[in-house]
Amino acid sequence: MFEIVERQELAQGTIISNWIKAPKIAAKAKPGQFVILRANETGERIPLTMADTDPAKGLINIIYMVVGKSTALFKTLKVGQGYLDVIGPLGQPTHLEKVGKVICVGGGTGVAVLHPITRGLKQVGNYVYGVIGARSKDLLIMEDRMKAASNELMICTDDGTYGHKGFVTDKLRETLQKDKDIKLAVCIGPVPMMKFCCKVTEEFGVKTLVSLNPIMVDGTGMCGCCRVKVADKMQFACVDGPEFDGHQVDWDELNLRLRSYMVEEKVSYDQFKECHGGGKCSCCS
Amino acid sequence: MTEEVKAPKKEKIPRQKMPEQPATERRRNFQEVPYGYTPELAMHEAERCIQCKDPRCRQGCPVEIEIPAFIKCLKEGDFEGAIRKIWEKNSLPAVCGRVCPQEVQCEGMCILGKKDAPVAIGNLERFAADYQREKGKQILPPKAPATGKKVAVVGAGPSGLTVAGDLLLKGHEVHIFEALHGPGGVLLYGIPEFRLPKAIVAQECNFLERMGAKIEVNSVIGRSETVDELLEKFDAIFLGVGAGLPVFLKIPGEHFIGVYSANEYLTRSNLMKAYSFPEYDTPIVKGKNVATFGGGNVAMDCARTALRLGADHSYIIYRRSMAELPARTAEVHHAEEEGVEFLLLNNPVRFLGDEATGRLTGVEVLKMELGEPDASGRRRPVPIAGSEYTVDIDTAVIAIGSGSNPLLTKSTPGLALNKWGYIVADPKTGKTMKPRVWAGGDIVTGSATVILAMGAGRMASNSIHDYLTMGW
Repeated sequence: MFEIVERQELAQGTIISNWIKAPKIAAKAKPGQFVILRANETGERIPLTMADTDPAKGLINIIYMVVGKSTALFKTLKVGQGYLDVIGPLGQPTHLEKVGKVICVGGGTGVAVLHPITRGLKQVGNYVYGVIGARSKDLLIMEDRMKAASNELMICTDDGTYGHKGFVTDKLRETLQKDKDIKLAVCIGPVPMMKFCCKVTEEFGVKTLVSLNPIMVDGTGMCGCCRVKVADKMQFACVDGPEFDGHQVDWDELNLRLRSYMVEEKVSYDQFKECHGGGKCSCCS
Repeated sequence: MTEEVKAPKKEKIPRQKMPEQPATERRRNFQEVPYGYTPELAMHEAERCIQCKDPRCRQGCPVEIEIPAFIKCLKEGDFEGAIRKIWEKNSLPAVCGRVCPQEVQCEGMCILGKKDAPVAIGNLERFAADYQREKGKQILPPKAPATGKKVAVVGAGPSGLTVAGDLLLKGHEVHIFEALHGPGGVLLYGIPEFRLPKAIVAQECNFLERMGAKIEVNSVIGRSETVDELLEKFDAIFLGVGAGLPVFLKIPGEHFIGVYSANEYLTRSNLMKAYSFPEYDTPIVKGKNVATFGGGNVAMDCARTALRLGADHSYIIYRRSMAELPARTAEVHHAEEEGVEFLLLNNPVRFLGDEATGRLTGVEVLKMELGEPDASGRRRPVPIAGSEYTVDIDTAVIAIGSGSNPLLTKSTPGLALNKWGYIVADPKTGKTMKPRVWAGGDIVTGSATVILAMGAGRMASNSIHDYLTMGW
């Protein structure tokens, strides 16, 4: 078992942060890499990009939003309990290089994925603009850690309850207009956000990295479930990615494939909600 | 004493059939198809063996089990003696008894097969293993004294488990690293429950653990640790990571929802138990009209899995004819009995789908005819111009083989790879170009069978043992 040593509820309990004891993974993990987690014997294998690591203590940090049965099940895990399986680090690490000025844009739980990449880019000597956003102030995560990881941090909320009222793309465009020396953008968040960020950066001709989150099974390049079309070529996000050139990604195809199991996901989540707390589901028994 | 072929004076016993689930029932459940021999049936079948002095069956076995010797034990009712005899050469008898292609190996060489049906060696091996597991005493084969040498085995599939079993018997310490969350490799994720129950795979692995193997799951060597790091801690390393890279048809529409690689379809169903969704959390598209592309054993497994997931129609779409089908005859028969429909001499051209929902709706195929023999000696399929038609399907499974997964090989400097990305290893010893590293199974040969991988494991374990005890 991989024990949870620290647990926090963020964004009104819709987003959960876990620090998990996984010394081998913590020792090896680099920014941009992910792990696959399975809660119990009947559980699914869920890929999550690490938000942080603490190699000295042998810990990894994952931050996820509760969106269905598996993440709801993860949410029930308390400190002292843990995951049956944690596999990693998987995927290609981010290529961290000094290019001068960079802009890192994160939306929703994408901020968690963005965090170690932002910090890494700053550590190698880049000047880093950070932009993070959420629907409203209560749902914004990791403001402090992102502030420390970047040179300047801009905040956006859709409803204007905090920072700039509007989307992260507004601040992205504004910054690219203001500073023509920006050489790289990293945009991570929900698919529509990444797609529109890429449209903006394309106008400015700024190279853009995105981190994709297609459905996966094994995470080692064996099953091909996570195939995405990048520059008209089939790529596996688990071994070729998860980061790709955002200007080359076929976003519509990714969006469709993410909906592969919508019906099943609902069946599973409804059953869980009905049962959970009743002593019959796997997390109660 | 042994009898010669020419003098079977006693009444001829026919080959004993193994009772199995009727096709009409089993096509809708995941329980194992054959039930196995009873002790009576096994002893009766064992009597058929004429105990040749120079047994050909043994030559046909990639791991050289002393076949007549174990059959003799069975005939005499000494079931423990039989399993002990098998264990000398094979640590996975319950698996081999089920999935080996005996008809081209031991049974294919059996002298009785010249005039009559060969001895059912596979069925007998399976019986010996099952009886021991279910009814026998908890016994273990004797181990040589500890040598103090440590070997890392990367990949808990057929070749790695064989290497582990062999080296444990010879007194070495063995540590197995497995990338998935359970050991077994293709035995766990690939071969369906109805052909090889997963409880049996778990018990065979548990047997190795009781023999002293340490099995570390969730260890993706190449990522969590590199081969070079393992070399610092171990005296020798065996790489048996399998082929494990899905091959797609490379035709338009492979992104549609419902198009699977065989690896994904089987992994969801077998490893993740998606057939028990929602009791198990991993879903799978339970198609009503399923087409599997390819004609090998994996294709048969997929087509039969589709029926059990509730398909009304499960097609095999294959570009050559029945005669060229590479799957075992027994597997094709099982599939036919269960109602798998064979669309032969058909080649897929493109997948059709609903652009709004992204779901697969059909496949356009082209009819083929057989032309002149090609490099493989089989008649080459030639397209018939203008013969395109559409098959309505909601699920497609691509089972046309697999390639070499580069995850480990790319992260291991010093390994020589061939042009397809497979590891170059000495065919007699399994030695790679990297010192103290051996390899075997599909990552050397490309996709083959369980028993061939086990044979490669046997060769490598002999060579590793020589190295550990005598040096290069």
